[in-house]
Amino acid sequence: MTRLFATLALLLTAVAHGTELSSVQLDKSTIAFVSKQMNVPVEGAFRKFSAQIAMDPAKPEAGHARIEIELASIDAGGEEANDEVKGKSWFNVREFPKASFVSSSVKALGGGRFEASGKMTMRGKTLDARAPFTLKQEKGVLILDGTFPLKRLDYGIGSGVWSDTSVVADEVQVKFHFVLK
Amino acid sequence: MTPPARYTNTAITLHWLIAFLIIAAFPLGMVMSDMALSPLKLKLASYHKWLGVTVFLLAVARLAWRAGHTPPPLPAALPLWQRRAAHGLHLLLYLLLFAIPFSGWLMSSAKGFQTVYLGVVPLPDLIGKDKALGVLLSQVHETLNFALLALIIAHVGAALKHHFIERDGILARMLPFLDQEKPL
Repeated sequence: MTRLFATLALLLTAVAHGTELSSVQLDKSTIAFVSKQMNVPVEGAFRKFSAQIAMDPAKPEAGHARIEIELASIDAGGEEANDEVKGKSWFNVREFPKASFVSSSVKALGGGRFEASGKMTMRGKTLDARAPFTLKQEKGVLILDGTFPLKRLDYGIGSGVWSDTSVVADEVQVKFHFVLK
Repeated sequence: MTPPARYTNTAITLHWLIAFLIIAAFPLGMVMSDMALSPLKLKLASYHKWLGVTVFLLAVARLAWRAGHTPPPLPAALPLWQRRAAHGLHLLLYLLLFAIPFSGWLMSSAKGFQTVYLGVVPLPDLIGKDKALGVLLSQVHETLNFALLALIIAHVGAALKHHFIERDGILARMLPFLDQEKPL
């Protein structure tokens, strides 16, 4: 009986402490976005990025993340669009090749939802950003999924003639999917 | 010779509405497809699609009209080959009124740019994003449009020939605000 309790106690401890996962499976992870052009949702993605994420499913609040995106790897939906958005009036990748998000805290929103707060840097501008996400455990991996709106003009993305938000909306939905082992 | 009866006001309105929309959409499509990416191009592309969807909807209305009405008869003296040519031409025009907007709709989906009618009503993507298919469909769309242009030239040419050479009142059947009793 004592041994049974001991085993149970050990199991519970293991569950309570969990294990922190920190190996991001880049080939299975994605950073995508949806912009609205003339009210038409257009999908895009960043093909190259690095991600250091540490997340314990039992203690998500202790998790932290640092994401760096290579902006030149953008797929904005077509070749012409790709060339355009790398240019000066958009991301200006020659001067600002990377965008980054560094988390400072994670809080539980309830219902299995969490929110990472941190700093987003793009085009030389650093602003506070919040990214809500969910956690899902399956087959030895932990999956983080989230979507958050970002206002492109806050970072000066799409300036000049492109600042007309009736053509390209200010708000862009960013969707991320990270697989951790 | 009694002049042929006129089309109904509904048929006349639909005919000319579609004609003017095509006259706007055709050059708009040519200009916009050759433009470099810009906000203006995105706007014009959307306007072009909205015009196309409107033509499609009006073509449906015209077909519904045809289902419930018999068009006014052609002059009895019209040779058989001309009757056949007129019917064949009209049939092809109807076909293109549907096929051209439809090919544009598919092309938009294949290019990953959904059609959102008037910026409000999203049309479902019947096919997924596919670059090669997008290129093919844009060629189909363009070819059908040049076929339409040729047919319209024949259509307008025939109408003008009947009006100014035969003076048989065929054009007047489709003209608004034209009283048959008055000299043309």
